[in-house]
Amino acid sequence: MSPTSEDNPSREPPVVRVIDLVKRFSGRAVLDGVNLEVLPGETMVVMGPSGCGKSTLLRHMIGSMWPDAGRVDLFGRDLGEMSEAELDQARKRFGILFQSGALFNSMTVGENVALPLREHTNLDSDTIDIIVRIKLELVGLREALDRMPAEISGGMKKRAGLARAIALDPEILFYDEPSAGLDPVTSAEIDHLIMDLSHKLGVTSVVVTHEMDSAFRIADRMAMLDCGRMLKVASRQEFEDIRDGQVGKSPASDLIRQFLRGESEGPITARRLSSGYAEDILSVGGGEPTRSESNDA
Amino acid sequence: MSGEQMRPNMAERVGAQALAGVRYCGGMTLLLGRSARWAFRGLFVPGVRFGREALAAQIIRIGMRSLGIVVLVQVFIGVILALQMTPPLAPWGQVDKIANIIGVAGFRMLGPIITAIVLSGFAGASIAAELGTMVVSEEIEALEATALNPIRFLVVPRVLATLVVTVLLSIVADIMIALGGYLAGLALGPEVHVGYWQRMREQLDYRDFFTGLFQAGVFGLLIGLIACYEGLKVKGGAEGVGRATTMTVVYSIVAIIVAACLFTVVFYIYEV
Ligand SMILES: Nc1ncnc2c1ncn2[C@@H]1O[C@H](COP(=O)(O)OP(=O)(O)OP(=O)(O)O)[C@@H](O)[C@H]1O
Ligand SMILES: [Mg+2]
Repeated sequence: MSPTSEDNPSREPPVVRVIDLVKRFSGRAVLDGVNLEVLPGETMVVMGPSGCGKSTLLRHMIGSMWPDAGRVDLFGRDLGEMSEAELDQARKRFGILFQSGALFNSMTVGENVALPLREHTNLDSDTIDIIVRIKLELVGLREALDRMPAEISGGMKKRAGLARAIALDPEILFYDEPSAGLDPVTSAEIDHLIMDLSHKLGVTSVVVTHEMDSAFRIADRMAMLDCGRMLKVASRQEFEDIRDGQVGKSPASDLIRQFLRGESEGPITARRLSSGYAEDILSVGGGEPTRSESNDA
Repeated sequence: MSGEQMRPNMAERVGAQALAGVRYCGGMTLLLGRSARWAFRGLFVPGVRFGREALAAQIIRIGMRSLGIVVLVQVFIGVILALQMTPPLAPWGQVDKIANIIGVAGFRMLGPIITAIVLSGFAGASIAAELGTMVVSEEIEALEATALNPIRFLVVPRVLATLVVTVLLSIVADIMIALGGYLAGLALGPEVHVGYWQRMREQLDYRDFFTGLFQAGVFGLLIGLIACYEGLKVKGGAEGVGRATTMTVVYSIVAIIVAACLFTVVFYIYEV
C-alpha cells in the first residue's frame, strides 16, 4: 500500500514538509524554491544530478542548515521556530545516514552505535550492549563491533552509520546515498533493510540516491531535483512510465528520462555543453565568475 | 570593472582587518558564553550530563603528553636565569639574591607563561586538528543530528581540561624553574646554593603563587577556547585543518602574551 499525493492528498498530514525552500551559498542559489511532502510510512526517493543540492536539501530537513527563505516542517512543526530543546527532542525521533557514514573516528563501531543509547536513554550498559549487537547484526556487521572506523572499509562504515541511525528506533530515516560505493549484493541487502524498516516498523524514509535499480526497488514515490528546482514529484509508477515511454512529450520528462536511463545524450548533456564554456573562455582575465563549480569532494 | 576599483585601498584593508578582529573576538565570546552555560547546566541541572569521564580523559590526554616537555623546558629556564643573573649581580656581592629573583619571576610569570606556550603547541594544536577533522568528516553534523550538542559534548571538556592542566602544570613548572636555578647554583658556588631554598621561601608569599596560578587558569581558558573555535570553524578539507592548527598556536601565543601584559599592569597598579 503506497500512499500517493494523487489519491489522498489530505488524509494524513505529511511528516516532512519542505515549502518554497531557498538556499544560497555565496550568492548562488543551490536550492531555489523547492517543495516536497513526505507522507507517514512512505519511502520517498530523491534523485538528481551530482551537485544539484540533494545533500543540502537533506541537511535542511534535519535542522543542520537553515533556509534563506521558505521553511521546513517536521512532524507538523516549523523547524525554524523550535527552541534548541524542542529541536533536540525532534532529532531523537529521526535518524540519518550521512553520505560518508560520518562515524565518530575516536570510538569503536560498537561505541558509535551505543552513543545515542547511552546519552539519550536510561538503559543500563548490559541492555545497551545487547541492543548494539542486534543493530549491528541487522546491518551484517556483528564482527566489526570492536573495530575502529579507520580499520573498516567504506561500505562497512556506511552500514555502521546505518546501525547508529536506527539505534533509537526512529520514526523517520534519512539516507544520503546509502548504496553508493557498495557492491551489488551489499547494496541489495541495504535496500532490503530499508524496505524492512519501512514495511515492518512503519518507518518513514527519505532516500537520496543515484542508483536507479535501487531507487525503483525501494520507492513508493520519487522526486527529481534539478538545478535547485523540484522537477517532478510522483509515484514510482509514473516515473517508470516516463522511463519506458517515448521521447518528446515534454522537456521535463525528456530530462528525467535521460537521467533514469543513464544515457549520455539528451537534454542534461546538451545543457552542460551549451552553457558555461563560452563564458568561461571569455571571462578569463577579469570580471566576475559566472559559474562556480561544485567543490565538495 | 577596472583594477583600481577591485583593489581595496589601505584604509579599507585596515578596516576589513579590524572588522575581522572584532568578529573573531565576538565569536570567541559567544563560544565562551555557550560553554559556560553548558558547564553550569551540567553541574547544576539534573538530567543534563556533565561528562566527567570525558573531562578526565582529556585531562590525562593533554597533561600526560605535555608533562615531560614542561619539566625539561622549565629546568632549563631556571638554569638560564641563574647563569645570566650572575655577571650583573656578582660585582655587588649579591649573587645570593638569585634565589629571590628566580622565585618571583618563576612563580609569578615564567612558570605559567612558558607552560601555557608549551601547551598551546601541544594541547591547542591537537584539539584544533581533532575538531577540524571532525568537521571535515561530517562528525559534528552527525553529533548534532543525534541531538548531542557539540559544545557540551566536545568543547566543554576540552576547554575545562586545558584550564585544569595549565594550572596543574604551572605548579610543576614553578618547582622546576626553582630547581633549575638551584642546579645552576651548585655549579656557580656556595654563595648561590647554600640557603637557596630558605631565601626563596622568605621572598615568596602566597600572593606570588596564586596570582601565577590565576594567570595560568586564564591562559588555559584562552588556549582551549581558541583551539575549539579554530577547529569548529574549519572549512575545506585537510588544508583547512592545517591552517586551523597553525592559527591556533599563533593566536594562542599572542593572546597569552597580551593577557600576561594586562595582568602585570593591573597587578603593578594595585600592588597585588
Ligand atoms: N557548506 C557549503 N558551503 C558552500 N557551498 C556548498 C556547501 N554545501 C554544498 N555546497 C554547494 O552546493 C551544491 C550542492 O551540494 P550538495 O552536496 O547538496 O549536492 P548533491 O546533490 O548532494 O551532490 P552529490 O550527488 O555529489 O552528493 C554544490 O555545488 C556545493 O558546492
Ligand atoms: Mg550529496
